[in-house]
Amino acid sequence: MIPLEWYLALAAVLFCTGIFGVLTRRNAIGILMGIELMLNAANINLVAFARYMHPTILTGHIFAIFVITIAAAEAAVGLAIIISIYRNIELINVDKINVMKW
Amino acid sequence: MCDFSKNIMELTWLIPVLPILAFGLILLTGRRGPGEGAYIGIAGIAASFLLSLAVTVITVASALGGHEFHPFTHSVVWATLGNIDVRMGFAVDQLTVMMLMVVTTVTLLVQVYSIGYMHGDPRYPRYYAYLSLFSAAMLSLVISDNLLLFYMSWELVGLASYLLIGFWFEKPSAMRAAKKAFIVTRLGDVGLFLGLIVLFWYTGTVNMQEMFAAVPSLMGTTLKIASVALPVLPLAGILLFAGAVGKSAQFPLHVWLPDAMEGPTPVSALIHAATMVAAGVYLVGRMYPVFAYEPHSITLTVVTVIGVTTAIMAATIATVQHDIKRVLAYSTISQLGYMMFGLGVGGYTAGLLHLMTHAFFKANLFLGSGSVIHGTGTQDMRQMGGLSKKMPTTYWTFLIATAALMGLPFTSGFFSKDEILLEAFHTSLPIFWLGLGAAFLTAFYMTRLVALTFWGEARDPSIHAHESPRVMTIPLIVLAVLSLVSGYIAWPSNNIFHHLVHFGDGAAVPFSWTVMLLATSAAFLGLGLGLALYLRPVISPSIFREKLPWAYNLLQNKFYFDEFYWAVLVVPLFWITKVLARFDARIVDGLVNGVGYATLGLSIAYSWFDRVVVDGIVNLVGGATRISGRVLRYGQTGVLQNYALVAFTGVLVLAWFYLFR
Amino acid sequence: MNSWILTAITFLPLLGALVILFIPKAKESAIKWTALIWSLPPFALSVMLWVGYLKSSGGYQYVVNIPWIRLLNINYYLGVDGISVPMIFLSTLLTTICIIYSWNIKERVKEYFALFLFLETGMLGVFTSLDLFLFYIFWEISLVPMYFIIGVWGGPRKEYAAIKFFLYTLVGSVAMLLAIIGVYFYTSPHTFSIPEAVAQLPFSKNFMLQSLAFWAFFLAFAIKVPMWPFHTWLPDAHVEAPTAGSVILAGVLLKLGGYGFIRILIPMLPMAAQKYSFMLAVLAVISIIYGALVAMAQKDMKKLIAYSSVNHMGYVMLGIAAACAATGGLQLNDKAMALNGAMLQMFSHGLITGGLFLLVGVIYDRTHTRDLSQFGGLGAKLPVYGGLLAFMAFASLGLPGLAGFVSEFFVFRGALPIYTVMTGLACIGIVVNAAYLLWMLQRVLLGPLNPRWAELPDINRREVISLMPLVILTILVGVVPAVLLTMFNGSVSRIVGMAVGAGG
Repeated sequence: MIPLEWYLALAAVLFCTGIFGVLTRRNAIGILMGIELMLNAANINLVAFARYMHPTILTGHIFAIFVITIAAAEAAVGLAIIISIYRNIELINVDKINVMKW
Repeated sequence: MCDFSKNIMELTWLIPVLPILAFGLILLTGRRGPGEGAYIGIAGIAASFLLSLAVTVITVASALGGHEFHPFTHSVVWATLGNIDVRMGFAVDQLTVMMLMVVTTVTLLVQVYSIGYMHGDPRYPRYYAYLSLFSAAMLSLVISDNLLLFYMSWELVGLASYLLIGFWFEKPSAMRAAKKAFIVTRLGDVGLFLGLIVLFWYTGTVNMQEMFAAVPSLMGTTLKIASVALPVLPLAGILLFAGAVGKSAQFPLHVWLPDAMEGPTPVSALIHAATMVAAGVYLVGRMYPVFAYEPHSITLTVVTVIGVTTAIMAATIATVQHDIKRVLAYSTISQLGYMMFGLGVGGYTAGLLHLMTHAFFKANLFLGSGSVIHGTGTQDMRQMGGLSKKMPTTYWTFLIATAALMGLPFTSGFFSKDEILLEAFHTSLPIFWLGLGAAFLTAFYMTRLVALTFWGEARDPSIHAHESPRVMTIPLIVLAVLSLVSGYIAWPSNNIFHHLVHFGDGAAVPFSWTVMLLATSAAFLGLGLGLALYLRPVISPSIFREKLPWAYNLLQNKFYFDEFYWAVLVVPLFWITKVLARFDARIVDGLVNGVGYATLGLSIAYSWFDRVVVDGIVNLVGGATRISGRVLRYGQTGVLQNYALVAFTGVLVLAWFYLFR
Repeated sequence: MNSWILTAITFLPLLGALVILFIPKAKESAIKWTALIWSLPPFALSVMLWVGYLKSSGGYQYVVNIPWIRLLNINYYLGVDGISVPMIFLSTLLTTICIIYSWNIKERVKEYFALFLFLETGMLGVFTSLDLFLFYIFWEISLVPMYFIIGVWGGPRKEYAAIKFFLYTLVGSVAMLLAIIGVYFYTSPHTFSIPEAVAQLPFSKNFMLQSLAFWAFFLAFAIKVPMWPFHTWLPDAHVEAPTAGSVILAGVLLKLGGYGFIRILIPMLPMAAQKYSFMLAVLAVISIIYGALVAMAQKDMKKLIAYSSVNHMGYVMLGIAAACAATGGLQLNDKAMALNGAMLQMFSHGLITGGLFLLVGVIYDRTHTRDLSQFGGLGAKLPVYGGLLAFMAFASLGLPGLAGFVSEFFVFRGALPIYTVMTGLACIGIVVNAAYLLWMLQRVLLGPLNPRWAELPDINRREVISLMPLVILTILVGVVPAVLLTMFNGSVSRIVGMAVGAGG
């Protein structure tokens, strides 16, 4: 059986990739994708811990499914905002979106 | 007293009410009223006269009836304060009916006379209204059973007097005389007011009979002011007497009466000779138990001294006056002094008898002088003379009244003056001799008056004198008859008047031939001197002026009383009012304004402090915030990723802290 | 009992003022008629109040007591006794009279009449409220409309006079507010209710505080009365105020001060009142003599009458001083008489001085001067006016048979046994009083006619109508003072009894 550490390592790598993407990308869609990666890293952790700590209780799995649902909703809203921004100023570069800055 | 009489007596309150109704009616109807208001006034007073007559007959009958006499009284609660009821009502006794008859008779005659005298005056209805007001006030004064109503009527009488003296108010002298009369009498009235309050305070009632009942218990009582203890009875008595001094024009408040002659002459006759001025004497008579709480009390001594001083002083002034009405005015003052000292020496009956007889003959004299003035158009005796032929009725009635005033035998004045001197003779000889002196002076100045006015030749050819109309002469005749006969009710051997009006159980003092002869000879001496000077000038009339110019000037200027009061009272009063007004505007109000300005100054200082210091601190805080904000804004890039990086770094640092420390 | 009646009487005028605000400015006659008609129901109600009041008890009647601000125990507490009912009657009567008299107001008609009705609410509120908090509110409310009436419709120095009036009175009010708060904290349970506070006698253990409270209340009331030396706002306010304003000022607003003394000071702080009553008497006598003397020096007719108010209110204060004197439970009848006299004097001064101010207004409207030296001989030219002026002047100098005398007599009768010397001195005032009023009459009515006024019209019907109620009441009160005394006596006896019982 694959030990728990492997899953954790994979999740850590995925999370770091995600956060790197969020912090460095200027493209809003890239940032969104980074967030998805981070969420999935968290999901892996949840499922792995659930499997290894309390195999009979499904709390972790259910939590992961919740996260996936929320992530889908969030991605939908996020993409909708990005599209509406793009329609207005034909850009999705977050550096340039500063209309609300004083 | 039978039921019918009782019913009549119950109606006594109508006696003053009828004239007051006439007053209101005349004011409402004005010239449209019957006789332009005159008939209303006359009807009112005539009704009062008839009612008074009925009341008098009933009272006199019951007083002479042999039974014990009780004054008829009736009163109602007028006001309740605390637990004290103040009652108002009327009381009828012999003194009341005497005054009722005097007042209503003289008033009625004067009102009739005025139809002629005031004919054609622009304010004719108003004149009758005022006369009716006067009658109402005087009559309610006479019948009141309590000192409060007495005082109220007393003041209303003063008002009527003010209105009538100032009736021709376009004349500055008349308006000044009216004001002077009111204010000078009010000085005395304050005394009466305080006397009333002191008596009310100590007896707990305003009812006169109840006050008299309480007098014996007040004998030793004193009123303490700080450390001074004043005996209450003399204090109250003298305060009351101050009112009488004002109203009856006694020394030193006599100065208003001569000036009051500015009023129409019938008014002078009615108010300033016969009735109102007698109210002071009536007050002393009415309140006699308070004055004579013991024989020869301090109060009575004061009354005597003031009375005799007035009698002599006014008589001397009367000898040198030229204005016919002024001579009569001073004569009135002098005679009022006579009544006062008569009362003061214990001659209760004598003083009041003189009040009555004097009312008739002095009214007669004034109305006669009014007739003269009406006929000649002047008041200065130096322009008259020889009127006896042109105005016979006036002349003869005037002569009768003059005889009565001099006290010539078998006129009314003879009886009353004699009785006063008789009382003085038995009480105090100096007073008696002074009274005799006054009688002599009276005879002298009256002879002078008659001689200058009626005898000799007309001195001013421009004056065409004529006899007055009958409406004026008939009252003169009636009064002349009364001046002659009214004294006979006091015939020494059968003195009905004394039987009716006396104080305590006071028996009449024994008749004395000495006194009668002395008094009569004093009158004849005065008459003789007057004739010698003015009828057949044995002595030059101007001898007095030439030999004793200073004395003549002193008398001509009435002992300089007016000038004295002007300098001592009026001028300082005006000075004080001016000073106080300035004090009020400058100091008191200045203080207020000063506080206002001080507040304003303070507020300016505060506003500076506020602007510079308080607001400075506020601005400092604001500025500091702004500067720090300006520095710190560089951290705010607005790039979300920068913030996230900082947050992530923070997490890492925390994790590092948590894991490795 | 009909407890709605006091609320109605107090707030109807306010409602009327609101109604007037909704009438278009141009419809002046509609505004005047509305004001007049709206002033009648309170008057009718005050007559009802008078008739319905059970005189024998002398206690508070028509009482309304509804909690208002529970946290501070403030109640909407209204009630009247024999002292306030006649004052309410006087206020409603004078308001109606003033509205009739003000028919010839030309500028800002709408505001003028609305303010008058508003003012009426303030005055009536003071007389009806039995809660100190409410009392204070109405006390201040009565100030504001008067400020505007002087300041807008006044004479040449109106701004000065209005501000002086407002600030001066406000100074007193502030002191009173402090005292009211003091009363609140020194009662337990804390209360603003006047009857309750009277029953508890606040500060009875701490004389120092009681004195402070006394002087604080005193300042407010003495300024309003006004008593020497706090009187200087009065001549200015009177001279500058429009006629109707002067009438209300003299007729009612001054009475608020005297009313305060009787309603609050004497019963609530009896010990201090006893202690300082002699000072009150001294100040009262100074007011009497000083007011009379200064009035004599005036050349302006209105100012003369203003100073005569100082003199006349001095009699009120003398009566009040005698009523709160320390007599060790004795002389209760004297005290009752003095206080009855003071109340009578307040009422009759309202009638008489109100009338005199109206008469000054009549002559000023015709001649545009109040300088006494400019007149002369008007008695022959204007007989009706002359008669009325003489009537009011004689009433003012205390002629028996008219209202002024009765009150003067009872004040003197009550005060003489208690403060003999002071009352004796006050008699000087009686003489000087006569002197300046007769001199005024002489300068206006008597003597030769000044040719300048040869064409002067006599007083017109509207003015006579506005004066007639005053004339009739002056005679009525003078001849039958029982109409008022039966109202006063029960309550006055209570107050006098209370003040003594608590202090002894």
